[in-house]
Amino acid sequence: MSTTASSGTVVRPWDRSAAQVAQDAAGLIGSAEISNTALRRYLFGLPGVDEVGAKARAAQLGTRSIKTTAKAWALDTIISMIDLTTLEGADTPGKVRSLVAKARTPEPGDPGCPRPAAVCVYNDMVSTAVEAVGSSGIHVAAVSTAFPSGRASLAVRLADTADAVAAGADEIDMVIDRGAFLAGDYLKVYEDIVAVREVCHQGERPAHLKVILETGELVTYDNVRRASWLSMLAGADFIKTSTGKVQPAATLPVTVVMLEAVRDFLAATGVQVGVKPAGGIRTSKDAIKFLVAVNEVAGERWLDPDFFRFGASTLLNDVLLQRQKLSTGAYSGPDYVTID
Amino acid sequence: MSLFEYAPAPESRAVVDIASSYGLFIDGAFTEGAGGSLKTINPATEEALAEVAVADETDVDRAVAAARRAHERMWGPMPGAERAKYLYRIARLLAERSREFAVLETLDNGKPIRESRDVDVPLASAWFFYYAGWADKLDYAGYGPNPRPHGVVGQVIPWNFPLLMLAWKIAPALATGNTVVLKPAETTPLTALLFADLLQQAELPPGVVNIVTGAGPTGAAVVGHPGVDKVAFTGSTAVGKSIAKQIAGTRKHATLELGGKAANIVFADAPIDQAVEGIVNGIFFNQGQVCCAGSRVLVEEPLHDELVDRLKARLGTLRLGDPMDKNTDIGAINSARQLERITDLSAAGEAEGAVRWSADCAIPESGFWFPPTVFTQVSAAHRIAREEIFGPVLSVLTFRTPAEAVAKANNTPYGLSAGIWTEKGSRILWMADRLRAGVVWANTFNKFDPTSPFGGYKESGYGREGGRQGLGPYLVEGDVR
Repeated sequence: MSTTASSGTVVRPWDRSAAQVAQDAAGLIGSAEISNTALRRYLFGLPGVDEVGAKARAAQLGTRSIKTTAKAWALDTIISMIDLTTLEGADTPGKVRSLVAKARTPEPGDPGCPRPAAVCVYNDMVSTAVEAVGSSGIHVAAVSTAFPSGRASLAVRLADTADAVAAGADEIDMVIDRGAFLAGDYLKVYEDIVAVREVCHQGERPAHLKVILETGELVTYDNVRRASWLSMLAGADFIKTSTGKVQPAATLPVTVVMLEAVRDFLAATGVQVGVKPAGGIRTSKDAIKFLVAVNEVAGERWLDPDFFRFGASTLLNDVLLQRQKLSTGAYSGPDYVTID
Repeated sequence: MSLFEYAPAPESRAVVDIASSYGLFIDGAFTEGAGGSLKTINPATEEALAEVAVADETDVDRAVAAARRAHERMWGPMPGAERAKYLYRIARLLAERSREFAVLETLDNGKPIRESRDVDVPLASAWFFYYAGWADKLDYAGYGPNPRPHGVVGQVIPWNFPLLMLAWKIAPALATGNTVVLKPAETTPLTALLFADLLQQAELPPGVVNIVTGAGPTGAAVVGHPGVDKVAFTGSTAVGKSIAKQIAGTRKHATLELGGKAANIVFADAPIDQAVEGIVNGIFFNQGQVCCAGSRVLVEEPLHDELVDRLKARLGTLRLGDPMDKNTDIGAINSARQLERITDLSAAGEAEGAVRWSADCAIPESGFWFPPTVFTQVSAAHRIAREEIFGPVLSVLTFRTPAEAVAKANNTPYGLSAGIWTEKGSRILWMADRLRAGVVWANTFNKFDPTSPFGGYKESGYGREGGRQGLGPYLVEGDVR
């Protein structure tokens, strides 16, 4: 494994066929047959993560001082990477339309303000969201597969996904079976992802598949690293930290460990997988720390909404306030950004 | 031009006032020196910062006399609980004035503000807090009831951690009831002089701490003064040896904290991302100007290529430049003389056949700079694997078995520190038992804490600083050997 990206062209993961995914996986684990034994052997052969060291590295990245022009660039980039999210039992068509309107016009007075990459909604809200985004270019992401626990039969989870894809979702955020992972049934997790990916590829253009590890339930960084690799082997386009329904959600050290995984996966396979921390990132200051980590751990190739996203509901308005402060020199206040 | 270009984020130097000239701090007041003066410069710009008085033998004599008076009349008889109050006050003031000290340290030394702000100054304050706690509990330190101080202590400190080494020296000396004559390094006297100002603010009784600036001869005058009861020195092994000779046959005890050539031992099962960070922190922290720097990486052969690749990729993200910029990782080398030594030894490494790789970073036009450098294909016979470089230069060697790793790690006249990287706990203990080094770090490196003793084996010196063990050298009952 080398840390320098291979000299060949970088492959976008969603461009691969199922056969190519299986071939890449077989090449890595050194076995044509993807069995639980082979997966286990491969995942346990990955280098361990020292918890204290991983936290120290994340804390050090968090001390970078991003000012003036760098801050302006960072704030705009963060907005362009946001999956603007509403995931409530109380979501209504009105609420979703309002969220989309916010995404289309985040800063009413400034047409130069970038738009979030996507809106992220529950499955049954996809058609409402698709209609509202129209031709704006904003993606619609659906949390699928019996989100957030995933505790349903595979048939139900696949039907859930197919629903969202049929309704026009551009991106599917699925959850892994944490129970299976913690029980050591890696093949089940693998096959689930492969099956969901197949559903994502049934439309004319593939829905990008984000695989949620729910790191708050995996607990150790060793588990996070193994779950990251397992998801990438199975064909994840993105690996995502959390559902936002479990604490802790997206922490900086967990994200650093996942950024190391996608960096190393690119070096090993030539395939660039994206990363999405979600849940708990509420301020510009925090989001900038994540952006610094992307820059210094994975590399600037990942400073791109196709490969890095923030899953957040309240972050956008804080970034907008900071953006106003940079242009006017003074803080405005919560009444000067719109609520959705 | 990278996509995410960090704009300059310089710390303001307005927080500290630098006088054009400084005197000696003797008996609670700044006084003229009789030995002329020297200029101290900012090694990142070569700009002169201030003129500093040079103490000659008569000045040292005055300082020792003041320390003696303070010890006999004031500090020695004072109850430990009272001494503790002064030490707590010093610790708090250091924390309160931390930005001032961090900025001045970076200007005078060349180290990145990130390090002086996050490491040097907080640790210095922590050292005073820790030893303040011991001052009234010396009966329970393991040296018998009512252990006695030596009296007047002469201390000579280096330029790599000017304020932190001052704290390591002064805090235990004062906690145990000694008084102090301290000589800071000639290239980095300013934070010691600012500390003198802080002592006035803390209303420490006059003469308890005296600070005499100057170069080698001033240090020799402190060490050799007949009124000094105890010597503590941190610096090079060469000077340490000359001090040991100078005081041989006298009543003086010495604590010597000298050079090192630490091995950072990386097994194939190491947590590799953290090992890379540990190696970087081990040798590039403070530009490698650290006595316990992990200047030799011993890597298990199967991991060698991957580790070197990852290390190079990581070094490519280090930011070298203005030490006052909050995003700088690698600052300036402390002096032209030190830069010359690093340059010479690196040239010797190449001449002897090791393969040199340096990170591709722009070197500023003025000041003293050396890019992070890694030598591969280094053998134990090469000078770069044997001599202390005291700079950002890493030598990578390989080993096959744990026993060979121990043998190679111990195959040096030094024995200050070592690092072990493996996920296997039993191997850590097996290795730590066999490594002849004062500090052995497991899955980390360059971690310092006031509760933990620090010091060397072999030519890395003797005596311990830090922890309960750090009290012993400053107590008559603790310094018997």
